[in-house]
Amino acid sequence: MSRTVYSTDVLVIGGGLAGCWAAVAAVREGVRVILAEKGYVGTSGVTATAGPGHWWVPPNPPELRQKAIAERHARGMGLSDPQWMARIIDTTWKTLPTLSNHYHFYTENGVTHYRGLRGPEYMRAMRALAIEAGVTIMDQSPIHDLTLAADGSVAGAVGEHRQLQQAFEVKAGAVVMATGGCAFFSHLLGSGNNTGDGYRMAVAAGADLSGMEFTNYYTVAPVRSNMTRSMAYSFARYFDSVGRELDIKPGPEVNEALAKALMRGKVFCWLDRVPQDIQAIMPHVQPNFVAPFDRRGINPYRDRFEVTLRGEGTIRGIGGINVIDDACQTRVPGLFAAGDAATRELIAGAVSGGGAQNSAWALSSGQWAGRGAARRRQIRTSEVVSMRISGAPLLSVEEVVTAVRQEMEPPAKNMFRSDSQLRRSLQRMDAVWAAVRDRPVSSERWRDQALRATVATARWSLNAALTRTESRGMHRRTDFPALDPHQAHRLIVSGMDQVAVCPHFALATPLEAL
Amino acid sequence: MIADLDPSICNGCGVCVQICPANVFDMGAGTPVIARTDDCQTCFLCELYCETDAIYVDPDCEAPVAVDREQISPLRGKFRRESGWGEQAAEHPNLHWRMDEIFRRAREA
Ligand SMILES: Cc1cc2nc3c(=O)[nH]c(=O)nc-3n(C[C@H](O)[C@H](O)[C@H](O)COP(=O)(O)OP(=O)(O)OC[C@H]3O[C@@H](n4cnc5c(N)ncnc54)[C@H](O)[C@@H]3O)c2cc1C
Ligand code: SF4
Ligand code: SF4
Repeated sequence: MSRTVYSTDVLVIGGGLAGCWAAVAAVREGVRVILAEKGYVGTSGVTATAGPGHWWVPPNPPELRQKAIAERHARGMGLSDPQWMARIIDTTWKTLPTLSNHYHFYTENGVTHYRGLRGPEYMRAMRALAIEAGVTIMDQSPIHDLTLAADGSVAGAVGEHRQLQQAFEVKAGAVVMATGGCAFFSHLLGSGNNTGDGYRMAVAAGADLSGMEFTNYYTVAPVRSNMTRSMAYSFARYFDSVGRELDIKPGPEVNEALAKALMRGKVFCWLDRVPQDIQAIMPHVQPNFVAPFDRRGINPYRDRFEVTLRGEGTIRGIGGINVIDDACQTRVPGLFAAGDAATRELIAGAVSGGGAQNSAWALSSGQWAGRGAARRRQIRTSEVVSMRISGAPLLSVEEVVTAVRQEMEPPAKNMFRSDSQLRRSLQRMDAVWAAVRDRPVSSERWRDQALRATVATARWSLNAALTRTESRGMHRRTDFPALDPHQAHRLIVSGMDQVAVCPHFALATPLEAL
Repeated sequence: MIADLDPSICNGCGVCVQICPANVFDMGAGTPVIARTDDCQTCFLCELYCETDAIYVDPDCEAPVAVDREQISPLRGKFRRESGWGEQAAEHPNLHWRMDEIFRRAREA
């Protein structure tokens, strides 16, 4: 296949929330920007199917933000950094109102509601904003690999326009990795394209990762459905298969309690406590929440329905590419990371950043990375760093997907972790990695790269989870159930074939310094 | 997963081919065809973008489900209507901004 070659100042990989903000911020610096997206900018990524509520704290009186940060820092169990939290609160506060031309924010009694935006409308607005600002969008154009210059800095990327079956190369002065997180094929809502591609590309180019042990957040959904919109479940009651009510209260402990109940048998949910007036408006608040019930003829406020837990991997988990400066640059010069592709340890610590921090981070880190990338400009000669793929397939797509799901999704293995189980899972993932790392799986390059990325992400996660011999936040070890004050540090993971895990003792900015 | 694209309703605009994040559709003779069902991520977004309501997505995300066109007929376009998408916006305003209040009432309950 001959390659089309494009040249640009900044290449943004991934057109979800973070990638769109990165592209807009970069183009506003007066440089040329290409935004390459595996699917379609506007529908792709987990933002498009969700309804992100951002971390939204007014600047005055100043105690409000100080209090919000102190509270959230305490929940992060020592791994977050108040300085980064302050930065995302401020950037979010200043940014969301600038979207008013493309998103209709509701104003009530003189107060405009900026905090929460509905996904499909939000991402439609982001596409419009990017086009208006002058970003060149390439839809249906998955990136396969980064290219590097001789000095080890990033020089661009290669990919394909998958609907045209046309290979391409983008030569770029800098690259923003905004490929989102990795859901380990769990069918989490909107995560189909979130296969950890950015982690694999970045690590192959020499970047490292952080927070990879915190990759086991879960969300409740009706069985066989991906609908992890959880608002209504804040009123939920749960029952076992003989109709006994279970002692499961909505709140931070709900996942653990639900997982234990599911390990004993079927669990049924009842939403009878949702007030009538809220039931009536639900289709216009979260239309996708009601759709699966409608289509099965279930009235969730009257009928009990069976539920399951969907694994979120690094999405509402924490792990991602480690960033080393305020512009979210990675260890690879010229490569920046934003959104769920980057670690959220800085702003969420050991507990999920879903519900406020993650979207504020995507929006903020996107803009910082976009601006940082725009300052580099210089185009370099490139060498592709991809692995040589040859030989006959040893595993099918389905075999790879099944193996990952079987090891990474069951709460019995991945929520309640132990040395022996983690080792068994790792052994299997290592074997799958050996079978796919330099051999084809399907006939499509982008698909194979996504499979490799997810397997690689599973291995990084399991290695980090083995190393953290304590329980902290979402990382629960049944063999080390207590918090160990000597492990209040981050774990940095690197390497493709040989995975290394190193503690990182950097000091966070103390709260008092803000 | 994607369950139906009814060619007798579809106007052949090709929007679904362009916007599906999983690239499930191929343009066929005049109307698109569902070419890669297994890749569907059950996001319902093709229903939003299809102006003729020719598309129907079944909520089962694990395996394809065969549907009966007559049976699903009353459900066609309902998600797009409730979302207030496109021309539906005036009649069905987006009430997503009420989320905060709903969460607050759940905490108080
Ligand atoms: C159901 C749900 C509800 C949520 N609710 C909230 C909330 O209320 N508050 C909150 O703060 N956070 C919430 N979150 C988290 C928040 O949505 C994410 O943190 C945010 O969307 C991340 O944006 P992103 O751009 O990094 O990733 P995404 O929006 O997932 O975008 C990544 C993009 O990269 C593309 N991509 C991947 N690989 C490649 C490749 N190889 N080449 C090209 N493109 C590629 C993907 O197709 C995708 O479009 C929620 C998440 C979920 C799943
Ligand atoms: S969007 Fe609807 S009308 Fe347009 S081609 Fe697709 S199915 Fe047909
Ligand atoms: S539900 Fe989503 S992934 Fe499936 S066909 Fe429609 S747009 Fe594509």
